[in-house]
Parts: sequence; structure tokens; C-alpha cells
Amino acid sequence: MLRLAFLLVVLAIGGAARPADAEQLVVSLSNQRVAITSNFIGEQLVLFGTIEPTAGAALRPSYDLVVTVVGPRQTLRTRRKQRVLGIWVNVDSREFLRVPVYLAILSNRPVAQIAPPDTLRRLQIGLANFLLTQRIGPDIADTVSDDPFRKAFVHLQGDHGLYSEAGNAVTFLTPAVFRATIALPADAPVGPYPIDVKLFADGKLAARTNTALQVTKAGFEQYVADAARDHGLLYGFTTMFMALLTGWFASVVFRRD
Amino acid sequence: MQIYLPIADLSVNVFLVLGMGLAVGYMSGMFGIGGGFLMTPLLIFIGISPAVAVASVTGHIAASSFSGAINYWNRRAIDLALALMLLAGGIVGTATGVWLFTTLRALDQLDLIIGLSYVTLLTVVGAIMINESVRAIARAHHGMPATVRRPGSHTWFHGLPFKLRFKRSKIYVSAIPVLAIGFVIGFVGAIMGIGGGFLLVPMLIYFLRVPTATVIGTSMVLTFVTMASATVMHAATNHLVDALLALILMVGGVVGAQFGARTGQKMRGERLRLLLGILVFAVGLRFAYELGVKPEDLYSIRHVGDG
Repeated sequence: MLRLAFLLVVLAIGGAARPADAEQLVVSLSNQRVAITSNFIGEQLVLFGTIEPTAGAALRPSYDLVVTVVGPRQTLRTRRKQRVLGIWVNVDSREFLRVPVYLAILSNRPVAQIAPPDTLRRLQIGLANFLLTQRIGPDIADTVSDDPFRKAFVHLQGDHGLYSEAGNAVTFLTPAVFRATIALPADAPVGPYPIDVKLFADGKLAARTNTALQVTKAGFEQYVADAARDHGLLYGFTTMFMALLTGWFASVVFRRD
Repeated sequence: MQIYLPIADLSVNVFLVLGMGLAVGYMSGMFGIGGGFLMTPLLIFIGISPAVAVASVTGHIAASSFSGAINYWNRRAIDLALALMLLAGGIVGTATGVWLFTTLRALDQLDLIIGLSYVTLLTVVGAIMINESVRAIARAHHGMPATVRRPGSHTWFHGLPFKLRFKRSKIYVSAIPVLAIGFVIGFVGAIMGIGGGFLLVPMLIYFLRVPTATVIGTSMVLTFVTMASATVMHAATNHLVDALLALILMVGGVVGAQFGARTGQKMRGERLRLLLGILVFAVGLRFAYELGVKPEDLYSIRHVGDG
């Protein structure tokens, strides 16, 4: 009886170790803290990782990898212009609630080739499947991916280098070692950037891990931004005196007589 | 060389911004205007949000008009009494303007109002100035005095009470139109990120008949004080003044203004007004074009709030 119970436990443990747990991911970022200084023009970060087989399992012949980098969330309003009485005016707008300002989906090949559409949708993989909550009248929901406001929003963010989907940003150095390049534009917002790494094998999620990077303003930039926000009046007077000084200085330097 | 602007949250080329400051400063010194109506659109064009552009430009105009004012002060070309009287109206106008700016920003229509105000003001004022100065040049060409001063011709507001004598400008007018002009300039300046010099100069000439000799210096004093107070008010209420951006513009602006002031003093008054009129009109047309032509992208994104 006892022997049977033991056997059942072993079987249960063995059963829990589904094929999905045959691998685990180990990742590391080249730089976890990006400091925005006065000469910041954007930055390229590298995420390295390896696929480790769990004890007793063997690596499969081929894997796919998707890295999703999600920047700080803000509420953004997308506005549409329309001709009213001959001039172009913002007439319609839609609020995107708590959506990431930065969003990068990096993979070793186009996401559509990695997994079937319903898996991609369930795991929010790809710009078309990422949940972007909108306020539509009284409702709060995401729309279909070809909704004009959603398309315009993704497109505009993409123009600023803030939203991207790159099917060639992940490279496998060996079948089990990979590298992903994360590009941060100059106007990347400050805050935490959680990174989600998903491993696929045969179109199924095989393993998953998380890491994060942090974008902060540093030194002088941080000081100025803080001062403007926390001590508005003093900051204003300082700017004004700066104006006085520059103006006076120029008139002294350029005095003719 | 790229530099990151802490409030505008984007990185710009220092030399580009410095060059813009120089060019606009030159014109500001030449015509006795703040140059904001040129600078604000330029900043918006290089990607700075209209709200930050308007707020930061006020600091730049304060600096270049202060340097210009010192110049005119040394030449005794400032009517301080007139400037102070205009100022009294100007401060009230600026405060009202900053308040309206904040309200319109919340309603999503700030860009439209800025655009429409530019079109209306610039084309009308530009057209009037071109018309007047062409006539003056034509008169000068026929050997007649360029400026017609008609001491006997009184308009309705010359009949208003509270008359004051402004010695240096040799005028005797009621305080009411002076205060009103000050208010309009302060108000328009805070909303449009302009010093209002291009409006003030013609208003002083045509309504109050201030002679060309003192008009520019006086306008500079007023521009300086309204813009300096607008800087403080914008910083305190909207937190949108980018001090670093303002500083780069200031440095370029004050240097440019010095050279501009010299060019301006060598030129004949009516010719100067014609040039300014053409410039003002052209910028107005540029804004009209933007409002009237289908934009490349109908959609735009605006930040609403964190989290």
C-alpha cells in the first residue's frame, strides 16, 4: 500500500513535469539602468540569454524567442483632424488609458510564423495583439487591431521609435544561446521597463522569464526637471534672472563707446 | 552636438537652436520686437510641443528685449513714463492670458487657437503695415515728408478723460487707451508666446502717435517686463518652461539683437516698417497655409496624464 502511494507520488511529479518545463531561461541585460544625461541621444541595450535543459531533459532541435519590452504607462489621447469651415481642426479624440509609452516586440522571426494566431492573441504577442485599453464613450476596451484610432496610435508611436516590432532583433548565437538588441530612442520616457522573455518550441510556449531595466534622468537633467516641478515659482524667477544676466552681459560685451 | 532638454524631453542640436536664436535675435533688435512670433513656430517645427515652446520662448524674449532696452536706454530713446503706464495694463493682461492658456490646453484646442490667432493677427497687422509704409515711401519719393503728422486731427479716444502728458514722446493722451493697449499686448503675449512687439509698435504709432524715435525703445521695455513676468507665471502654473532651451535661445538671441539694433538704427523708419510688415504678413500666410491645407497626418497624440 505504502509502495503504491510512493509510486503515485512519483507519477504525479513526473506528470507535472510537462514537456513545457523541459527548459528554463537564463537572461542578463548589458545595462540595467539607463541614465539620461545631457548628451543622451538614445541607447542600444543587449539582452543575452541561454536555454538550459532541466535535469534529465534534452534540448529540442529548434526554438523561437519573443522579447517584449514594456515602457512606463501613461494615458495618451489620439486626436483626429477634420476640415471644419475650411480649416483643419481636432474634432474627434480617443483616450488610450494607461498604455505603455514604449513598446518593443523583438523576435528571431516574424511573430506570425512562431505560433498560431490564437496563442499570439492569448499571450499578447505582437503590436496587433498587445492590449491597448481605450475609452470609447462610456466603455473601456481594446478594439480590433485595424481600428483607425488604434492604427494611427501605433503608427505615430512607431514614427518616434517608441513602438516597434522587429522579427530580426533576436539572434541565436548557438542553438541555445541568444542575443536581443533593445533600441531606446532619445525621447524614451523615464521609469521602469519590465521585460518579458518567452521561449517557443513547435508553436507552443515552452518557458518564460522576466527581467527589467530602468530609465532615469541623471545629474543636471534630473535636477532641472525636479526643480521645475517642485519649485515652480523659484524656478521661474531663476529663469528670469538668467534672462536679465544674459541680456545685460551682451549689452556690456557689445558696447561700442 | 546633441543636447537633451529636461522639460521638453527630447534631444536637439545645440548649434541649430543657437542659430535660430541668433537669427531671430537679429530681427528682434532691428525691428524692436521680441521675435516670439518667429521663434515659437520654429521651435514647434523642430519637434518641441507647442505648450513648452510658448512657455520657454517667453524667457528668450525677456533676455533679448532686455539687452535691446539697455541699448536704447543709453541712446535716451525710451519713454519710461509711457512704458510704465502700458505695463500696468500689461501685467493684468498677462495674468489673464496665462489663465486662458491653461484652460484651453485642457480642452485640446490650444493648438487651434494659437494657429488662428497667428493667422488673424499677423495677416491683418502685416497688411496694414505694408500698406502704410509703401505710401510713406511713395510720399518720400515725391519729395514730401515721409510721415504725416497731423497735430489737429483727433480721433475719438483723444476725447477720453484722464489725460496725461508723456514728455519724451511729445504726446498728450488719455490713460485709458494706453492701459488698454498694454492689456491686449500682455494677453496676446501669454497665449501666443510672443512679446507682442510687432503689434505694440504699430499701435503706438497709429493710435497714440508716438514718434518713431522713442517707439522701439519703449516697446522693448514693455516687452521685457511682460515676458519676464510671463516666464515666472508659466513656470509657476504650467511647469512648462525649459530653462536649458531658454538659455540656449537667450545666448543666441542677445548677441543677434545687438547686431540687429545697429542695422535698424541705420535704416529709414518707413523702410524698416515695410520690411517688418512683409515679415509679419509672410508668417501669417504660413500659418494660414497650415490650417487650410490637409495635414500629412490627420492624427496626433497628446499626453494626458501619468499612470
